[in-house]
Amino acid sequence: MNLYEYQGKQFFARYGIPVSAGEAVTTVDDAIAAADRVGYPVVVKAQVQVGGRGKAGGIKLANDADETRHHATAILGMDIKGHTVEIVWIEHASDIAEEYYASFTLDRAAKKHLGMLSAQGGVDIEGVAATDPDAIAKIWVDPVDGLTEDAARAWVEAAKLNPKATDGAVDLLLKLYTAYVEGDADLCEVNPLILTPDGKVHALDAKVTLDGNSEFRHPDYEQYDATQVRDDREEEAHAKGLQYVGLEGSVGVIANGAGLAMSTVDIVNQVGGKPANFLDIGGGANADVMAGALEVINHDPDVKAIFINIFGGITKGDEVANGIITALGRVQIDNPIVIRLDGTNADEGRAILEPHLSDKLQMKPTMVEAAEAVVALATQEAAQ
Amino acid sequence: MSIFVDKDTKVVYQGLTGSQGRFYGLLNQSYGTQVVAGTNPKKAGTDVEGIPVYATVADAVAATGATVSCIFIPAPGVRDAVMEAGEGGVELIVAITEGVPAHDEAWFFNKLKRDFPQVQLLGPNCPGIISPGQCNIGITAGHIAKAPVDGEPAVGIVSRSGTLTYQALHELKLNDIGVTTCVGIGGDPVPGTTFIDCLERFEADPDTHAVMMIGEIGGSAEEEAAEFIKTKMTKPVASYIAGVTAPPGKKMGHAGAIVSGGKGTAAAKMDALRDAGARVGQNPTEAGQLMVEIVKELAEKR
Repeated sequence: MNLYEYQGKQFFARYGIPVSAGEAVTTVDDAIAAADRVGYPVVVKAQVQVGGRGKAGGIKLANDADETRHHATAILGMDIKGHTVEIVWIEHASDIAEEYYASFTLDRAAKKHLGMLSAQGGVDIEGVAATDPDAIAKIWVDPVDGLTEDAARAWVEAAKLNPKATDGAVDLLLKLYTAYVEGDADLCEVNPLILTPDGKVHALDAKVTLDGNSEFRHPDYEQYDATQVRDDREEEAHAKGLQYVGLEGSVGVIANGAGLAMSTVDIVNQVGGKPANFLDIGGGANADVMAGALEVINHDPDVKAIFINIFGGITKGDEVANGIITALGRVQIDNPIVIRLDGTNADEGRAILEPHLSDKLQMKPTMVEAAEAVVALATQEAAQ
Repeated sequence: MSIFVDKDTKVVYQGLTGSQGRFYGLLNQSYGTQVVAGTNPKKAGTDVEGIPVYATVADAVAATGATVSCIFIPAPGVRDAVMEAGEGGVELIVAITEGVPAHDEAWFFNKLKRDFPQVQLLGPNCPGIISPGQCNIGITAGHIAKAPVDGEPAVGIVSRSGTLTYQALHELKLNDIGVTTCVGIGGDPVPGTTFIDCLERFEADPDTHAVMMIGEIGGSAEEEAAEFIKTKMTKPVASYIAGVTAPPGKKMGHAGAIVSGGKGTAAAKMDALRDAGARVGQNPTEAGQLMVEIVKELAEKR
């Protein structure tokens, strides 16, 4: 779950990390009211889950109500890399002496938490990593031990921040680590982390990704579910509990298992087609799940043909076939469908599907043949 | 022979009294696995279809000599269940459960390694492990796997994906190729067992003659495996990587299947494997065909 900046700052504040006073608003009038409360000068910041807001004109300084009105009017509704700005964050502008970078994430190869700290902040950290890797001080933290104050101090010294920032940075990083671990975050990133002229260290931005698997111990994370960026198709699939990722093409894909679904998307591309989605219906593949998956695909206006790719394991091919037939009876499908059914009791399953086959419901023995057939159908339908 | 588990392996099921644990525990038993015990602190002294239930893994190990634990506990309890199994004295822990928080996985992986370095963890979020004809632990449909035949080349399989593992087992069976052991290492960010853990054992196992490795986008485990294949392996490897066309920044079903910051792409993984001398298929069927060729070449050399 990706958090907006304002949610990330509220999350940080819960763990005592210093952030600027501010308010998230959705209208120009509320922006002016919020600016009055937090005190001028203020920064009007577009809330989008994509980088490069500043360059796109989504972050502006305002010294009074007129300027706030002007900037909030321009930013609300602005399109930033395909994301429409619906929320702006109004915060009291900070005096900045220096800008740094700090983050925690999991290093999958080391199986340890990785902290990164750099005196070069406020810029794209991947750029820094590419051009000047020595400018990033890294620390690997064993999850069993956690981050100690001594280790944090040595890390800050290795990053060569301004000595005036040392105590503030150590304190903030210890709190950031606590937020990252106790909050079950995949990523906690502060860019920039600032040193103010009066020597305070402060998180000027917040990029936080939370682990959806941890919701059982964070019931309040449900609130972030409503603000996830999903298109209509992803929203519907999410409501049905399906693993779905929207893509741009014309071939709707339904498969059982994440690996097989990825593989199906790949193979549609390989034979010259364009998949409309990734959809994993899980191991069971019963009629209810299949019907739900077909409904989601059906509501996608770009879909011209559908590829159902099922490998029966514990769930037998005949059960899967019956599920498909029942689902097709429940959902009115206009696009042609190609099925590939293999694995346990595949022959029995195919025998069940056989009497239902037509130009609009085809069956192919292998993934490649099925992909070729479905891409041909999608191309035909698109030409009509 | 096989790796990790064989016909003599005795297994305790944590969560045997739950619906999933019961279903798969009994299914594994009917395959021939020695399912010797279940655990549930509230149901100690009872049984599931004659399989005795103990309060803890330690009790089950003391009473039955189980050396492997299989976990079907819901996600919130997995962290404790893994440590209980480690303390209980098993050698291998197979955690099937999906949806375990990444911070829990990172914690118990390191804690287990520190306190019980001899214990091997497989999973979580994995289909389990099967040595066809001997032992099946987890949710793999046993009948889709062919046991090795004496005197014929046999294959070991290691995979991050469940259904692609089944696909691989199925294609090898269709081509009459036996499998020594098939390990599903799972699709989570911190898998207890890595590709390399399995490749090392397959390389050392005299009855495994070639290895099929199925990876997917995300992380760098395939690249690390490629380095191992290049420098340490003599046995041929056929491979397939899922997610060639996955968009960056999206989790493709598995928690660990994500291309982030330009890292973890299928193209980079396939290049690394090719560079290491592995034969890389463009789809699961092609990878299966590459393995058929390898086995044919191995048989001709005999």
